[in-house]
Amino acid sequence: MTRKLTNQELKEKANLIRLDIIKMLVEAGSGHSAGPLGMADIFTAFYFNLLKHDPKNPQWEERDRLILSNGHITPVRYVAMAHAGYFPISELKTLRKLGSRLQGHPERKRLPGVETTSGPLGSGLAQASGYAYAARMDGQKFRVYCICSDGEHDSGNHWEAVLFAGKNKLSNLTAIVDRNNIQIDGYTEEVMPLEPLRAKYEAFNWHVLHIDGHNLEEIIDAVNHAKAVFEKPTVIIAHTIPGKGVDYMENDPKWHGAVPGVSDMPGEPSKEKQTQIALHELRTLKGKIKSEHE
Amino acid sequence: MNKKSFSTNKVATRQGYGEGLVIAGEADEKVVVLCADLTESTRSILFKEKFPDRFIEIGVAEQALATIAAGMATYGKIPFISSYAAFSPGRNWEQIRTTIALNDVPVKIAGAHAGLTVGPDGATHQMLEDIALMRAMPNMVVMYPADAIEARKATVAAAKNGKPTYIRLAREKTPIITTEKTPFEIGKSHVLLNPSTRSADAQGRLEQSRKATSSGPHGDPQVAIIGAGPLLYEAVVAAKKLAESGIETVVINSHTIKPIDEQTIIKYAKITGAVVTVEEHQINGGLGGAVAEVLARNFPVPQEFVGMPDSFGESGDPDELLEKYHMKSADIIAAVKKVITRKNS
Ligand SMILES: Cc1ncc(C[n+]2csc(CCOP(=O)(O)OP(=O)(O)O)c2C)c(N)n1
Ligand SMILES: [Mg+2]
Repeated sequence: MTRKLTNQELKEKANLIRLDIIKMLVEAGSGHSAGPLGMADIFTAFYFNLLKHDPKNPQWEERDRLILSNGHITPVRYVAMAHAGYFPISELKTLRKLGSRLQGHPERKRLPGVETTSGPLGSGLAQASGYAYAARMDGQKFRVYCICSDGEHDSGNHWEAVLFAGKNKLSNLTAIVDRNNIQIDGYTEEVMPLEPLRAKYEAFNWHVLHIDGHNLEEIIDAVNHAKAVFEKPTVIIAHTIPGKGVDYMENDPKWHGAVPGVSDMPGEPSKEKQTQIALHELRTLKGKIKSEHE
Repeated sequence: MNKKSFSTNKVATRQGYGEGLVIAGEADEKVVVLCADLTESTRSILFKEKFPDRFIEIGVAEQALATIAAGMATYGKIPFISSYAAFSPGRNWEQIRTTIALNDVPVKIAGAHAGLTVGPDGATHQMLEDIALMRAMPNMVVMYPADAIEARKATVAAAKNGKPTYIRLAREKTPIITTEKTPFEIGKSHVLLNPSTRSADAQGRLEQSRKATSSGPHGDPQVAIIGAGPLLYEAVVAAKKLAESGIETVVINSHTIKPIDEQTIIKYAKITGAVVTVEEHQINGGLGGAVAEVLARNFPVPQEFVGMPDSFGESGDPDELLEKYHMKSADIIAAVKKVITRKNS
């Protein structure tokens, strides 16, 4: 088990994680920027406060299970895992390279601590539900967390799982939705409107919480609160800003699947310049990423 | 290897698809395009810009993509559905089977980013089983264009064939190996390279080397290399190199995998007595399998298979991956030599 970090320590950790996300993506030359940066605070909260886990023993039977459904944001998970001690930070620079354990989309059989393979969207919540159901059959005490994206809510497979988990009152399951309002073709409310999302989950017998996904206290409170809900699965709709921390990326769907220097838009600064600006902005935040209410 | 003797112009086959959509859309207003949150990268955007009212965004929902299109086709439209091959037909296979193939309605399924060469995205996105999935399906036409020009022609042809049709596309920019004039007909393969059509100059050089190696008689090809998709470029590179060392081959572009052009396969099996198949797909169930089925029934000859050896891919640079999994010209050359040995033993 790792020591739980304090709030201030968590903020600083989240910022270091953002810096490493940018560095590893630039090194890889491809991948996704917006999702990982937007979810840096939530992954920091999980790996350094919320999860019952042991980085030196990733197969520990009593560990909480963190299932990542939207596999394309795996860089944030890899960085958080490296910082938590699952593997050396130096390994981050192998992302997406031949022979790496850090596949472009995460693979269970390659990297201990990755609970399931993902990338194709919409099937994580169903796997998490199956896992939670099986664990409950055996009276297991650990919790199952599923991190998923808003874009995935277009998919039938996701809603089939919402029905199943609601029916079966899987209170050992908590879903966290990265509600960043973007997907590839644009803003979610234009591509395929999801609102009112809360009412949809409530209608399917879920307990629903809304949080600011950049407020570490709110993240931690909400996840702990869910443990005390015994009749239903809980979904935490985390409002996040895609690309959070790097001004030119924030809230722009263009950065969903691009990394600094690889977008071929005319008049863009060079790769070095884009990387420099991103790293500079993150450094000057000095662990002070502000949520909307702080 | 002197690659400069071939066209170095590279365009992705998905780009040819996008251009084909526009041509098909201009020719027939029944053509509509549906896309699952990948409008830019499947190049469906070209159609969307031209015909915004005939473009339909489905979101990340490939099962709905196939079935909504099936409904539209049953009504009388000619829908093209665009996504990545891993998800369509990867995820929505049963929907395609029942609502498109069994209904026998003309939905055109475009599987972009197929094959190992999506590279860094890794195994989840490297669709290597789609030809097997689709060619096992009754009523389905399966096409795998060799380059962007052919992808454009295949798209235009698909709009007119009245059948459920799968078009396999790639992400990477790959060499243009056909021309505007190259004939294209669904179900009719095309001989890309044949010793009898060689220039006098090259023929002279060949005679020289043949004297040195005492290779086959009369310049007849010793092996038929049958491929589909952008890897045909590697096949052509291999064939030219083999010719330099006195081994003649014929390279056949089997862009339609279903219905496969049996006549051409049998004809060249009879001429050469040995076949090598080349594809960026699992060896199990792919083009090689389709060719083997034709040969076994009609004219069995030794065959070697270049393709994915019953394995998932992984992250890496596209070229590195083709090398690691033995799909480069050097591997085709080795397969040709091996099949010649088998034929002669
Ligand atoms: C089944 C499936 N279809 C399509 C894709 C391609 N894809 C990857 S990410 C993505 C956008 C999804 O939106 P979201 O997860 O909200 O993206 P983000 O907020 O991280 O930009 C799509 C369509 C996929 N990975 N899986
Ligand atoms: Mg999103």
